[in-house]
Amino acid sequence: MGSILRFRKLCFLEPVKCSELSEKKAPIKFDDEKKSFEIPKNENKGLLEEKKRKKRPNKEWRCIDSCCWVIGYICTIWWLLLFLFHCLPGLTVPEPPGTRLQREGLTALHPVVMVPGIVTGGLELWEGRPCSEGLFRRRLWGGSFTEIFRRPMCWLEHLSLDNETGLDPPGIRVRAVPGLVAADYFAPGYFVWAILIENLARIGYEGKNMYMAAYDWRLSFQNTEVRDQTLSRLKSKIELMYVTNGNKKVVVVPHSMGVIYFLHFLKWVEAPPPMGGGDPGWCAKHIKAIMNIGPAFLGVPKTVGNILSAETKDVAFIRAMAPGLLDSEILGLQTLQHVMRVSRTWDSIISLIPKGGETIWGNLDWSPEEYHVCDSAKKKYEQALDNNENNSDSRMRFQIQEPTKYGRIISFGKLVSNLPSSQLPIRDSKKQEFMRNHSTSNSNGACRGVWTEYDEMNRENIRIIAENKAYTMKSLLDLLRVIAPKMMKRAEAHFSHGIAENLDDPKYNHYKYWSNPLETKLPDAPDMEIYCLYGVGIPTERSYVYKQSSSSRCNSIPFQIDSSADGSDNSCLKGGVYFVDGDESVPVLSAGFMCAKGWRGKTRFNPSGISTHVREYKHKAPENLLQGRGSESGAHVDIMGNVALIEDVLRVAAGASGSELGRDRIYSDIMKMSKKINIRL
Amino acid sequence: MSLLRRRKVPENEITQVPDPNSDGNEKEKEKEKGKNIIDKKKEIRKSQKQQTNWNCVDSCCWFIGCICVVWWVLLFLYNMMPYSFPQYVAEVITGPMPDPPGVKLQKEGLKAKHPVVFVPGIVTGGLELWEGHQCADGLFRKRLWGGTFGEVYKRPLCWVEHMSLDNETGLDPPGIRVRPVTGLVAADYFAPGYFVWAVLIANLARIGYEEKTMYMASYDWRLSFQNTEVRDQSLSRIKSNIELMVATNGGNKAIIIPHSMGVLYFLHFMKWVEAPAPMGGGGGPDWCAKHIKTVVNIGGPFLGVPKAISGLFSAEARDIAVARAIAPGVLDKDLFHIQTLQHIMKMTRTWDSTMSMIPKGGDTIWGGLDWAPEESYVPSKRRQRNNGTNEDENTESKVKRINYGRMISFGKDVAEAHSSEIERIDFRDAVKGSNVANHTCRDVWTEYHDMGFGGIKAVAEYKAYTAGDILDLLQFVAPKMMKRGSAHFSYGIADNLEDPKYQHYKYWSNPLETKLPNAPEMEIFSMYGVGIPTERAYVYRLTPAADCYIPFQIDTSAGENDEDRCLKDGVFTIEGDETVPVLSAGFMSAKGWRGKTRFNPSGIPTYIREYEHAPPSSLLEGRGTQSGAHVDIMGNFALIEDIMRIAAGAKGEELGGDLVYSDIFKWSEKIKLPL
Repeated sequence: MGSILRFRKLCFLEPVKCSELSEKKAPIKFDDEKKSFEIPKNENKGLLEEKKRKKRPNKEWRCIDSCCWVIGYICTIWWLLLFLFHCLPGLTVPEPPGTRLQREGLTALHPVVMVPGIVTGGLELWEGRPCSEGLFRRRLWGGSFTEIFRRPMCWLEHLSLDNETGLDPPGIRVRAVPGLVAADYFAPGYFVWAILIENLARIGYEGKNMYMAAYDWRLSFQNTEVRDQTLSRLKSKIELMYVTNGNKKVVVVPHSMGVIYFLHFLKWVEAPPPMGGGDPGWCAKHIKAIMNIGPAFLGVPKTVGNILSAETKDVAFIRAMAPGLLDSEILGLQTLQHVMRVSRTWDSIISLIPKGGETIWGNLDWSPEEYHVCDSAKKKYEQALDNNENNSDSRMRFQIQEPTKYGRIISFGKLVSNLPSSQLPIRDSKKQEFMRNHSTSNSNGACRGVWTEYDEMNRENIRIIAENKAYTMKSLLDLLRVIAPKMMKRAEAHFSHGIAENLDDPKYNHYKYWSNPLETKLPDAPDMEIYCLYGVGIPTERSYVYKQSSSSRCNSIPFQIDSSADGSDNSCLKGGVYFVDGDESVPVLSAGFMCAKGWRGKTRFNPSGISTHVREYKHKAPENLLQGRGSESGAHVDIMGNVALIEDVLRVAAGASGSELGRDRIYSDIMKMSKKINIRL
Repeated sequence: MSLLRRRKVPENEITQVPDPNSDGNEKEKEKEKGKNIIDKKKEIRKSQKQQTNWNCVDSCCWFIGCICVVWWVLLFLYNMMPYSFPQYVAEVITGPMPDPPGVKLQKEGLKAKHPVVFVPGIVTGGLELWEGHQCADGLFRKRLWGGTFGEVYKRPLCWVEHMSLDNETGLDPPGIRVRPVTGLVAADYFAPGYFVWAVLIANLARIGYEEKTMYMASYDWRLSFQNTEVRDQSLSRIKSNIELMVATNGGNKAIIIPHSMGVLYFLHFMKWVEAPAPMGGGGGPDWCAKHIKTVVNIGGPFLGVPKAISGLFSAEARDIAVARAIAPGVLDKDLFHIQTLQHIMKMTRTWDSTMSMIPKGGDTIWGGLDWAPEESYVPSKRRQRNNGTNEDENTESKVKRINYGRMISFGKDVAEAHSSEIERIDFRDAVKGSNVANHTCRDVWTEYHDMGFGGIKAVAEYKAYTAGDILDLLQFVAPKMMKRGSAHFSYGIADNLEDPKYQHYKYWSNPLETKLPNAPEMEIFSMYGVGIPTERAYVYRLTPAADCYIPFQIDTSAGENDEDRCLKDGVFTIEGDETVPVLSAGFMSAKGWRGKTRFNPSGIPTYIREYEHAPPSSLLEGRGTQSGAHVDIMGNFALIEDIMRIAAGAKGEELGGDLVYSDIFKWSEKIKLPL
């Protein structure tokens, strides 16, 4: 489309020139021709040409025609290239791992259950308001997203949940797409599970021994059961597959948020009858292995930026490139505000807030990753390869470099993010009290259209928040409770973010603790295996530098990432965001800690001693465009196409155990970092 | 690119023509000029070429461009069009449409109550590829059956190869795995725009149904019923899903809605689920009573479909016979070496499920040489009666009775002659004759190639076949297929249902050889369309050229113009829904299961609901909201309303009991079946 518009513009801008030029050009050309090449043929043709030229203006062979000509030209060439591309056999992709393993003799053995993560699952409409006519059973989320452009407000309305209950608003039913199609492709051509499915199929898997546990990822985990009985379905499906496949235990492959969803399921299924009602041995009987891909066990710092100001690295980047575009009220769009309003009704986002407080994520002065070298993760790995030579060298650098204060998840101003804690303004509990008491709204009727809880705060409170300067994970939760009291109240009935002191406390039987690995015990299933499979080598958001947004209009979000804050070459600060090693979404710490330390051996979180394995996959960007998203990627979603990962999953599904895979495979500093975390096991 | 250059150069000229006298660096200017001239020369050569070629290639390009632009503009407009626009246009032309039943019943306050299970029929369910041969590259998890059928045209032989099953086992051929699509998408639309279950689903959704309370029990409809369990565990899945839905919906029992062959499949399921474990589902003797509220059979071929015979015998139904009559030779000629019909026959004969539809009950149900339950059927009379005029008893005597019992007759005269006048030579012991070893035909395997001319002649000389004879005929003509099929299906009538042999699964899908489950609170509905001529018996002839061809074909020249006669293009028609005759769809509910009979020992109440066919009044209505045709009835508003009321908790009595337009009760009376 873009190309047509451009060409059309070209012609409409200079229609006169076009004709002028062609007329002017003609006589000059012919003169030259006579001089330079005196070939009669050309002359004759030229004369003919001249005659034609005289006629042509009458025929209106003008710009529109040449536009058509250009388009036709482009189309034809495009088709030709497409045809050639399909004809050339040389461009075929390298052999998929499924085929290789099939030749090795692997066959389908254990049924496979896939648990998709947040965002990647499709949602379809079952009942809607009048504005959504004709969309019955069409995808609102996933697929081509055409409805966003056609009727954006309608779309937003239907994807929001109810503010109070976190369930459907009255008159709207949006449900998860069931079956493998739910998350095989997120958008046309953008695979999520498709490659894994295809490779599994090559060693003999099919519909009867693969199951996509699709759920409505906007809801809190327990609400998926309340509204859709999703957990019951999952239980019934696992039982069915166990029986119909010759009593073979299932291999569960959750991805991203699906990891904590399945953690929730593990507890739910063994809880007494109002809940799952399986026997205490259910997991031991039905589950062989859990292969967590890109697990967000301890949360994702990205969500903090998301909740606070509906922006992440990418948004901040756009803002830096085109200031005003996102914030201005051109066309009355208020994009970010709308995004914030909608995403704040989704309880599931709260499940991704970093868990474990300062013990895990660090405090004002300390964090487990503090000596991370950021100039490039790649360099470090290279060093690791020839360890002997550069060992002293890199140690030197570690000493020179000042530790990055990752513990300050949010700091207001770049300066603050680096100050020693003694120089920070002391957090004043009185001020906090003040904020709580006086958070009456400066109710501004005009702003009501977009509901974010910022509307109900006044400028004074916002100023105080910004004055508090630096927030660690602990104080951040307090901050969120002040900024978005309703959301946090709703969500904290479903999720908890602490660390359990005593896991036998009966309060931990409540479902809100089930998705937090630091507040639950793993089931009693010593034969089960847990894998943490994740990519490394991509800078991942870890903490933010914020500023107060300049505009004081009523609807604007009062904070935004300070994208001007850049560190020196060697530092991890870029565009207002501190980076750490990870898979672009989940930092290594969150993905690997439980497998590396929290559950390793017999701990209080893992009383039966389920064996855990950490498998890391080093990111390697695709070499050229033809490779698409690459077969060795380590990025959060693209890793689903990583050949090594697929091979691991296939081997486990075909019956291999962790020791046969080669146990741990580590590139990052996860073990070192885990050691620094002081947690009672 | 060349175009861009062409544009740029003249611009340079314009900017530089007024300049030369200015005070800039003249040398540079000159250099530039020099360059320009060279450029110009090149340009000229190029543009010269273009000018000369402008005629053909360029106008082609221009043409393509125009088409593309128009196409994009239309696409854009189409996408911007509000969704209610087509409906608006339709309403302007035809007047206001009635509310869809979902909206109407929602206003009445109906709410989703019982979970609903759909059981699709033959052909309507989608099939997708999971593993294939080389030629099917890139089709992984794409639909081979259903959807756009694009592959049929792109690689027809590959498609046929993948859709066929193994000849011996009736299961997958080695290296090929084609599996049913799962979920509601399996059969909501058969092809884009051609709904099957979609309308019903949309209406149910209006009163609150959604994915968790609706389940599409899709299965591979090519396999025999028991094999779907052996290969895919489809029956186990259905059982598990019904149990789950009943449990998660507060113990409300399920409503089962099978369509077409799904009716027989579900009959099989009900026996399977209560049978003990190795062969059955091990659900215990009261599983159906505990989990099923109602079975709503739509267009159910309980006693089989005569169409299946012609399909198996010569791979043609009425449509193909008509095509042959209109364009003789197209289908039969060896042009392009296509041999369409032979390929179809080869493929369909590997599908065991088609054999489940062979008419059941033999002569007792379908009539003998001189007798048939429907013999006094007169189409015009029925029409009159519907118009409210009184029956004219005299017409009956005037009209010659049709021998529907002769399901296949060779020659029109045979079809009409009295039985004593027909000389039949028994074919059963006839020598098939040696195969005219014709190796060119070998790539298309139908069992006809194993038959010599003698066998073919013997078949034709038997002249007239009743439902009972047809089984023998098929046995004779296609022994391998029937051997495979008879291990899975049976077509008789049980003398003694207590006989332990009826424990075998091959009897489970035949309502005349099984007892219904012990579930007195369950209800069974038979819903079907009436008022469309439906194939009932055929007039055949030998194919003139008996080389590579199927040796028999329907004699399309046999027809009569008399309105009261039902013979047309070699096919005797009777009342039905275009596929299933009334007798097959209604007999069990009208008589076989009515009250406490030996087939229905617990006295499950049965109801017949017929829907008179009314063709759509205009093209804009699509396939109509009052259709009675076999598949289109799924969009019939009256039927949908009935189903929704049942799903919301209504009983058969509340719907109004039986609703009958045809002579089904009269015909049923004539059938002498011990009950």
